[in-house]
Amino acid sequence: MRHCRILKDGVATEVTLATADTQDLTNETVLPATTGTVFGIALNDKSLYAKLEPSFSEKPHVNPPTRPVLHIKTDNTHIGYGAAIPAPADGTPVYAGPSIGIVIGKQTTRVSEAEALEFVGGYTVVNEVSLVETSFYRPAVKAKCRDGFCPIGPWVVDAADVANVAALSIVTSINGEKVHATNTDQLRAGVAELVSYLSSFMTLEAGDLIIAGTPERTDALYLKAGDTVSINIESVGVLENPVVNEATIDAAQG
Amino acid sequence: MKRARILVDDQLTDVTVNDSHNAVLADGTVIAETEANWQPPCTGKMFVLGLNYADHAAELAFKAPEEPLVFLKAPNTLLGHRQNTYRPDQVDYMHYECELVAVIGKTAKNVSRAEAMDYIGGYTVGNDYAIRDYLENYYRPNLRVKSRDTCTPLGPYIIDAADVADPHNLALRTYINGELKQEGSTKDMVFNIPFLVEYLSAIMTLEPGDMIFTGTPEGLADVQPGDEIVTEVEGVGRLVNYIINESQYLKSLTTEA
Repeated sequence: MRHCRILKDGVATEVTLATADTQDLTNETVLPATTGTVFGIALNDKSLYAKLEPSFSEKPHVNPPTRPVLHIKTDNTHIGYGAAIPAPADGTPVYAGPSIGIVIGKQTTRVSEAEALEFVGGYTVVNEVSLVETSFYRPAVKAKCRDGFCPIGPWVVDAADVANVAALSIVTSINGEKVHATNTDQLRAGVAELVSYLSSFMTLEAGDLIIAGTPERTDALYLKAGDTVSINIESVGVLENPVVNEATIDAAQG
Repeated sequence: MKRARILVDDQLTDVTVNDSHNAVLADGTVIAETEANWQPPCTGKMFVLGLNYADHAAELAFKAPEEPLVFLKAPNTLLGHRQNTYRPDQVDYMHYECELVAVIGKTAKNVSRAEAMDYIGGYTVGNDYAIRDYLENYYRPNLRVKSRDTCTPLGPYIIDAADVADPHNLALRTYINGELKQEGSTKDMVFNIPFLVEYLSAIMTLEPGDMIFTGTPEGLADVQPGDEIVTEVEGVGRLVNYIINESQYLKSLTTEA
């Protein structure tokens, strides 16, 4: 089953869709598919990690990370399927961040890796949009927490409906043209390890979301105003959003 | 006016706080400070300033930054007044950080420094505990250090901004078991509240209830199970917290479930 949140008469309403056809959503205002805290995992892509690994023994890092590297996508970043990603008015480059999203199904504290999957309710598609990632030393609030920088959706697919979450293709297209392909088999820490680790010091609540990992922000993932970006994850869904100059959005909102 | 939230019959309930620090329900019923089950007085985004007092930066062997060092916390970490924070077994250094917390009162985007104070609804006290053993040089200070369950006591209440004459001239003090350990003044902030509102609202939209933890001065010390930690901001509030050990914490989880 696919669980979608749409705006009906001004009220957030959950609807269940039987098929993976987004045609049903064409005339709807689709809300972010999840409502809880959103955690991102940095440096969890194998080739990105391998590329940066030599620098991890140098200043300012000194040592490689011993645990998954976490960040938070604040609530102002969350938008739904079809909503506009605001590009900075000054033309600062923006990059897509295709990732599978792990949606917590019930509250858990300190769950073991062996039991972690019992607390996963489902999966969604996330576009963890970012300005260029110049540093992993200090928190990337400026690069990652701009309004609308985290499309989530279009829905949450029940975990039971995703056969092998560790081997799903992820294809990113811009303006209908395929620009990037990866797979969930490129994640360093997998779903169970991430859920267990986060819950070792943070109680996870139903509806919380973990963005499992994004690839290197190469030119292929560069977004500019006027583009439409879509991310297709096998067995999960297609998340599509237009990119709009933020000045246009601000003007429209008065 | 001082506004707080307490649990009454397991229901999160809005209260006001009187001059004796007791909670007052809407119907006028008074619940003594020591009897009330205090909860964090608000929920929202949490922005926390690192190295925002020059003396504290020096204490950690850092130069004060040229632009605000902002990190985020998740709501799991919040805790109310007079609640328990756990210290994991096997760690060497867990310290408090007494901070003035500015709470956003109305939606703010691209607000100028000159107008920024109009967007502050009130103030509260935050204790931004850190476990230094877990520091790593990736998105430092990392969440395992700063966004832990029970590690951010907040409260006891929010005091209206109108009732705080000058938020940039308030004494900050921390006591362990009654002994003064940390003392400073908000006048020594590197980046003050209007600067921070302008800086953050240029990046993103701020909403009512969002919190800016404005940083801590020098005077850090280790805390141990059994300690009573009081963080106090002059004219704002006095936030009490108790340190328990890990097995006491694990037991409390089982009891709640």
